[in-house]
Amino acid sequence: MSGTDVIYQTEALIAEDIEAYLALHQHKTMLRFITCGSVDDGKSTLIGRLLYDSKMIFEDQLAALETDSKKVGTQGGEIDFALLVDGLAAEREQGITIDVAYRFFSTEKRKFIVADCPGHEQYTRNMVTGASTADLAVILIDARKGVLTQTRRHSYLCHLLGIRHIVLAVNKMDLIGYDQAKYDAIVADYAAFASSIGIAAFTAMPISGFKGDNITAPSVNTPWYLGPTLIGHLETVEVNTAADAAGAFRMPVQWVNRPNLDFRGFSGLIANGSVKPGDAVRVLPSGRTSTVARIVTMPSAGFAGETAGDGDLEVAVAGQSVTLTLADEIDCSRGDVLAASDAPPQVADQFEASLVWMADEALMPGRAYWLKLATQTVSVTVSQPKCTINVNTMERLAAKTLELNAIGVAEITTDRAIVFEPYATSRTLGGFILIDKISNATVAAGMLNFSLRRAQNVHWQALDVTREAHARLKGQGPAVLWFTGLSGSGKSTIANMVEKRLHALGKHTFLLDGDNVRHGLNKDLGFTETDRIENIRRVGEVTRLMTDAGLIVLTAFISPFRAERDMVRALVPEGEFFEIFVDTPLEEAERRDVKGLYKKARQGTLKNFTGIDSPYEAPEKPEIRVDTMRETPEEAAERIVALIIGDWMPII
Amino acid sequence: MTSQTAQLPSLTHIQRLEAEAIHIMREVVAEATNPVMLYSVGKDSAVMLHLARKAFYPSPPPFPLLHVDTTWKFKDMYALRERMASESGMELLVYQNPEAQERGINPFDHGALHTDMWKTEGLKQALDKYGFDAAFGGARRDEEKSRAKERIFSFRTASHGWDPKNQRPELWNIYNARKNTKVGGGGESIRVFPISNWTELDIWQYIHLNDVPIVPLYFAAVRPTFEWEGGLFMADDLPRLEKVLGYRPEITDRSIRFRTLGCFPLTGAVESTASTLTEVIQETLLTTTSERQGRVIDKDAGGAGMEVKKQQGYF
Repeated sequence: MSGTDVIYQTEALIAEDIEAYLALHQHKTMLRFITCGSVDDGKSTLIGRLLYDSKMIFEDQLAALETDSKKVGTQGGEIDFALLVDGLAAEREQGITIDVAYRFFSTEKRKFIVADCPGHEQYTRNMVTGASTADLAVILIDARKGVLTQTRRHSYLCHLLGIRHIVLAVNKMDLIGYDQAKYDAIVADYAAFASSIGIAAFTAMPISGFKGDNITAPSVNTPWYLGPTLIGHLETVEVNTAADAAGAFRMPVQWVNRPNLDFRGFSGLIANGSVKPGDAVRVLPSGRTSTVARIVTMPSAGFAGETAGDGDLEVAVAGQSVTLTLADEIDCSRGDVLAASDAPPQVADQFEASLVWMADEALMPGRAYWLKLATQTVSVTVSQPKCTINVNTMERLAAKTLELNAIGVAEITTDRAIVFEPYATSRTLGGFILIDKISNATVAAGMLNFSLRRAQNVHWQALDVTREAHARLKGQGPAVLWFTGLSGSGKSTIANMVEKRLHALGKHTFLLDGDNVRHGLNKDLGFTETDRIENIRRVGEVTRLMTDAGLIVLTAFISPFRAERDMVRALVPEGEFFEIFVDTPLEEAERRDVKGLYKKARQGTLKNFTGIDSPYEAPEKPEIRVDTMRETPEEAAERIVALIIGDWMPII
Repeated sequence: MTSQTAQLPSLTHIQRLEAEAIHIMREVVAEATNPVMLYSVGKDSAVMLHLARKAFYPSPPPFPLLHVDTTWKFKDMYALRERMASESGMELLVYQNPEAQERGINPFDHGALHTDMWKTEGLKQALDKYGFDAAFGGARRDEEKSRAKERIFSFRTASHGWDPKNQRPELWNIYNARKNTKVGGGGESIRVFPISNWTELDIWQYIHLNDVPIVPLYFAAVRPTFEWEGGLFMADDLPRLEKVLGYRPEITDRSIRFRTLGCFPLTGAVESTASTLTEVIQETLLTTTSERQGRVIDKDAGGAGMEVKKQQGYF
């Protein structure tokens, strides 16, 4: 390795004047970037080269690398830089990178965090993960192969995730004899594609990760190339936090700091803009206003350099974690957003969003998921996608759902209004994840495109006769008795008895029965998983309206999925929802077969029958469980009425 | 560029790393029910503790410190541990695996079993005992290959296992802290690594900038040493050493320091005269062997030592 290839020329400074060196290091900025390319484009080799050239490889690691290169290397005994980067044992054997790996190196000007992203199609989710935090993307092309399907896919994903700087690194130039004409053709080819998907600008450069051309120093092999070296470019592009600092102030509140009655601070990471004591701020979504009193951080005794006097700050900018106190005592908690008073972000509950599906289990339109956006977590439903995008051809296709690694556009509806900005304006207030309510897995990444006009214009009508007033007049509290269980378990029978008893006690009730609802309100729905979800969603909404009217609502639906039952539970105020699990073993329900349906299902003439070829997810913690093998319907009904009237709803 | 934006301070990489770590700690406190900070008294733990104090100031960090002790730490480490717990106003929990205690597990006779029993098993037992659902650790991605791929919020099964093939995707700075917990502990839990993106140099720089207190063993001094299995070690507790080894090792006074601190018989010393922080940083930067080389743990099981240990539940 010749001296000119080495990024660090500061060893002398470290040895001679460590204080000066530390002062230099202290003023570095940080750039996060991703590398993407196909399996053999040389990503790992390039990253290994960057680590090597910036002296991030120690002697013992180098010795191990040399041994490994001879043993399992693919470079004929020469140093195989890729071995430095491929971490997990499984992928060392396969010779491919299977997950996002983060690597670090630094030059005199910057510290770099590299996300090494895999090229395989099935790992779109990993690339999207790496791209979400990147300021810049290096898209590698094998000079021998030119622009490939995977190049297009990676470029599209980088653009989708809003990466502002794209570098087209035409790699392995040594293998095409540093041919300028071939290079120019590849760049022209890529430029045509890039503009077709909306990438406004990119920086192209001819390199060789293996030989080191145009990595740290201009290569003698490409005299015709006058642009920056890769490192030179990485050291000078603007990082996101600098761009974010220019916008209007926004800080999602993470945590309220309340050590004693005299101090109430709001902690968070500033997403956009800057803030000073005296600035007028608005709390969203409430809209209340105040002014910033202090920017509190911990004073530290021996703080060196210009950050001395750390403690209260005079100004704080995007990218800093701070604690603010306000001049007025106003309501503000986790999930709220503090914003510049004169330029607040929007609040809405219906959006068009782009989604990247990341779970093996496909999107279930209509099902409730958790949505986490900045510090806000709300329940959300996703419509059937408007389209999916074929990332290889950029074609828009119709779709009923989103499978693993699919990208699509859909409408989403949150159960309460959230503070947001379009993703193009703010990654923090426009980017979100979806979480499965049962497995807790992160199932999708999403980007809000815009709020839907109907959400902006349809406001809740404030009603003068409140739900409390409705209930009071009836001398009761509203409640939902949600009976769930297999077909033929005895739900309708028991629910019917409970209603009769409540009625006799002078309670105002209404029983919604599965079969009856399907004759009217839901007669357009079948028994597929999606239709079952919609069936319960509608029943849930009707139930909510009836409780608003002050009624005690009883429902008898199989309601096989936990997620939908929980969705209805979340629709009504806490304490009003009673899940009653009518627990009858499948064999017993099938033996009774009151409606003859099990027989049909077993014969195959009835499809999607719960318990036979469609799952039933039993409640984990029902308020009441009825074991029909031990209790008669009469006994169960009596117990339920006693529990509802006696224990949970003392009315008189 | 307007004059106003020109005056705004441009964030350095250290400021951004600090902001990221603080953001992560606050997310955990907001979303976990019973978090804890693992505290090993090393320099990374020192930085973690400082970050935690800064994240929640003026409140003390709203979680306890947990030291999974092997009884084989250096005396200076125990002293600093007590001091920092009292200065930070945090509760200090010390856990020693009773079975390892009873069987007299030590690094000389038991090799890898020592780490397994005291640290891996000890950690699992401690987390179960207190029912912690989130544990902060000071691991960094630059330390070791398999760490480079671990998430910041790293999910563990109820039996503390890590499945590298089935990690939750981690996008932007949104962390999914949801898990199935059981009342009284024993459910799924999350390990959280707020300083994942720091390098060894960043750690030293931060200690330098903030005067973060660290164990004096990081600085060179003349100390009693002995050689064992080809490495240079410090005789921190000679009578105990003699008892375990079965002989009195030959003690030589040398000027030494430590690049990393663990159990004193497992942590190799380096000969050095770097006695101030800047000299230590200087030596670190000029050195040509990686930080973990002084530790025996990575070398077990061939190249995949740490990955195997993590699947078993080691931090």
